[in-house]
Amino acid sequence: MRNPKDFWTGVIYVAFGLTAVIIARDYGMGTTLKMGPGYFPTVLGSLLILIGIVSVARSFIQAGTPIGKFAVKGVFLVVVSTLVFGLIVRGAGLAVALPVFVIMSAYASVHFRWGPTLAVAAGLTAFCILVFLKGLGVPLPILGSWFGR
Amino acid sequence: MELIGNLALGLSTAITPINLLYCLIGVFLGTLIGVLPGLGPTATIAMLLPVTFVLPPVSALIMLAGIYYGSQYGGSTTSILINLPGEAASVVTTLDGYQMALQGRAGVALATAAIGSFFAGTVATLLLALFAPPLAEMALKFGPADYFSLMVLGLVASIVLAQGSLLHALGMVVLGLLLGLIGTDVNSGMQRYTFDIPQLADGIGFVVVAMGMFGLAEIIRNLEQEGDRAVLVKKITNLMPTKEDWKRMVAPILRGTAIGSAVGILPGSGSILGAFAAYSLEKKISKHSAEFGKGAIEGVAAPEAANNAGAQTSFIPMLTLGIPSNPVMALMVGAMIIQGIQPGPSVIKEQPALFWGIVVSMWIGNLFLIILNLPLIGIWVRIIMVPYRLLYPAILAFCGIGVFSLNNSEFDIYLMGLFGLLGYLFVKLGCEPAPMLLAFILGRLMEEYLRRALLISRGDPTVFITRPISATLLALAVLAMCSVLIPAFYKTREEAFREEPT
Repeated sequence: MRNPKDFWTGVIYVAFGLTAVIIARDYGMGTTLKMGPGYFPTVLGSLLILIGIVSVARSFIQAGTPIGKFAVKGVFLVVVSTLVFGLIVRGAGLAVALPVFVIMSAYASVHFRWGPTLAVAAGLTAFCILVFLKGLGVPLPILGSWFGR
Repeated sequence: MELIGNLALGLSTAITPINLLYCLIGVFLGTLIGVLPGLGPTATIAMLLPVTFVLPPVSALIMLAGIYYGSQYGGSTTSILINLPGEAASVVTTLDGYQMALQGRAGVALATAAIGSFFAGTVATLLLALFAPPLAEMALKFGPADYFSLMVLGLVASIVLAQGSLLHALGMVVLGLLLGLIGTDVNSGMQRYTFDIPQLADGIGFVVVAMGMFGLAEIIRNLEQEGDRAVLVKKITNLMPTKEDWKRMVAPILRGTAIGSAVGILPGSGSILGAFAAYSLEKKISKHSAEFGKGAIEGVAAPEAANNAGAQTSFIPMLTLGIPSNPVMALMVGAMIIQGIQPGPSVIKEQPALFWGIVVSMWIGNLFLIILNLPLIGIWVRIIMVPYRLLYPAILAFCGIGVFSLNNSEFDIYLMGLFGLLGYLFVKLGCEPAPMLLAFILGRLMEEYLRRALLISRGDPTVFITRPISATLLALAVLAMCSVLIPAFYKTREEAFREEPT
């Protein structure tokens, strides 16, 4: 393999394409005149598989640049803190979920310091409660059912 | 003249206190996010979309439009002062803008950028007013086959104009089309790719994908390399360009406006490519080409005019055909649908106050922007100094609450996280997310028009080449595809994106 970017992108395309085509087999193709729900996805999925194969093949012929390091800490903390926010926002309420979200994601920075982060978390939570919950009426509790409210 | 009457109607709409206020809020926010690196108009408009529920339609669209073109102004400030693009479209401005700042001419660079943008904004507003109505008139004659071919042309153009590998741009488009099909099929009522998850029955919201791939993924990417931001000039003095400066900026601004306006209409990158192309052109034809990269005023004037012109002319396909040409325009379409307006060629006829109000507000917004960006430049200098480590958790928090409020559903928050991960993965693999997003929104529409076209033609696929409009559009698409294979064009395309700051 001479171009890892081409190779892995190709693999992703083939994976998505195959999934799409295999699932679409249950949808009914129909005819060109009256297309079934499986028609368009099958065409697109097959095209994606083809592009993926070309990409993988090209990765062995044409040299390319390496993928480069993944920001593992950044990916993990940003994605997981987002999921955690979704998970607890109703139960715990915004006054708890938002600071957790802010502090957890802020921890991903190499320049992380507790003082300013806590200040931002507090200010932001107050701001969001005022603007989104009170002002715009987003149906989220300030303190959720987990606190017996 | 009809145009004057229409503009008068637009003026009376745009000048009401509430619309003036939202225009000001829009351009203010636009400048703010333009100044802040790592927060772009796509993520911001996606975040604010739920807020616009409560506004009247005209005010909502005036504000959102202001955010987009306002961000083009703000982006240049950061480019010039800290050698970091505040906005993707301002990347080339760093080359000469920062050099000018190093030579103590930051004020002149900022003024040049603002003057260029203002001129370009004025011209682009006029172009919109002149060309949108006849284009919409023509679009009323479009049948399903024509719409399908138009979307093919749009996607092909976005592939040709995308950065990086063509193969991957094509792959991303097909992937986007597929993801767009998730949800209930309108014809058969069958649920496709929903994996029995009820929240997927209505499909994946475009805003969710946009926030994930442009908001979250961008934050993760920025966390890879957190540099320190040193603002070069704390106090900007001497904004006034000299007589010599004026002379040198006139022609580049004119050419930048022309290139930016033309490229802006094309689908894909909107304002970004225009700025790159304008810079390359100036570098090639300028008498002072040796000065480029060392603080040439032309290198600031041309791309800044181009990106603002492009930002505004990219409204033309959205307002006349109802088809978005870039992710920001897709969000504008979303905003219109939220307000109960079906975007398409009939908007100009049925909602003249809305259309002309937006057009006129753009010019007023540009006026606001020149005031915000020159006399009040001190405010923005201070905002640039807000460290990113405190900024991005706030962006995340707004994304989280914003995406929840779309459907009042936690599921959208999870999906946003997932698309953030996917978006980052694709960025690492060198694939641009913009064409995918464009395809994502067009997926269902394309299928629908394809079905209708074939139903009308009784299953005869030649309908796409026997209808004159459709045939022309497809021929253009083929031409665009072929042009990429011509070595000369291929080289230009590579070069256009190679003006990387060093």
